[in-house]
Amino acid sequence: MSNDHDTPQITKTFHHEKFPWQGIFGYILSLALTAFSLWFGLEHAAQYGVILYVIMGLAIMQIFVQMFMFMHVTETDEGFPWQSLGLVSGLVFVAAIVIMSIWIMTFGAGVS
Amino acid sequence: MATVIEHAHGHPVDEGEHYVPLEYTEKDDSLKIFGFWLFLTQDMVLFACLFATFVVLRTHIGNGPDSESLFDVKGFIEETFILLTSSFTGGISTFYMRKKRAIGTVVWLLITAALGAAFVSLEITEFLHYISIGATMQTSAFLSAFFTLVGTHGAHVSVGIIWMISIVIQILRRGITPALSRKVFIVNLYWHFLDVVWVFIFTVVYMMGVIH
Repeated sequence: MSNDHDTPQITKTFHHEKFPWQGIFGYILSLALTAFSLWFGLEHAAQYGVILYVIMGLAIMQIFVQMFMFMHVTETDEGFPWQSLGLVSGLVFVAAIVIMSIWIMTFGAGVS
Repeated sequence: MATVIEHAHGHPVDEGEHYVPLEYTEKDDSLKIFGFWLFLTQDMVLFACLFATFVVLRTHIGNGPDSESLFDVKGFIEETFILLTSSFTGGISTFYMRKKRAIGTVVWLLITAALGAAFVSLEITEFLHYISIGATMQTSAFLSAFFTLVGTHGAHVSVGIIWMISIVIQILRRGITPALSRKVFIVNLYWHFLDVVWVFIFTVVYMMGVIH
């Protein structure tokens, strides 16, 4: 096991730190994203449609902050973080349910 | 790989490259962590259904109030900052658990649970206020979808508080064992997940509700 090239994925997958910098950084990021969302939305800095896309984009960024800064999503003892496959398939279902429901249920709603 | 795990059995390995956190030192525990990730993907689908329902019905207010006249901006900002902070404090408890520091883990778990309780009490106050002004679950399709989505999240948070306190009691009795470290890790996964769900409730329900 002295060979560095033997098990590179496993040895690098766990994040190790003496002080919780990652958590503090994640907290500051999540506060900043929320504050920006509040400012951008409540100040009505743009049209409704633009605000919708910007604050949804900020919310999606918050998923990544939580997953990478707090949930340790990349960490595993298996060499590959298999939970990422579960998450991707879950997100496919989420997108399908939400987007198709909105599309079907509001289809032609602007006309009536 | 097997060598690293064997080497690590029951003890956090602290030296540089071979670091394996305590909750991954037993194969059984790391499998349970993976299993919990799979549960979270299913819970994600549950919330997706409730979000889809809410977005479709949010304009169907019937004779009831619309979201703009109902929501209090200061109230949902408070709820959001409390929950974001609790996600951070939960992350710190994972940090102390990995250091095998029982008291640090317990203290930060209790802070997290207390913030969770503050969040739930604000939410209950909010719901009771709506009901007192006649905006109940039966008033309109919008309010049915609202109470179901936000209430399901609040129920998840309430379960998380009880779960955290039960883990605190176990740590106080047994110290940080590999099995308990896995429980601390998993309850925090659950908690961070609920924070993400709330960020979407904040955005889709509250922010889109007060912007016109």
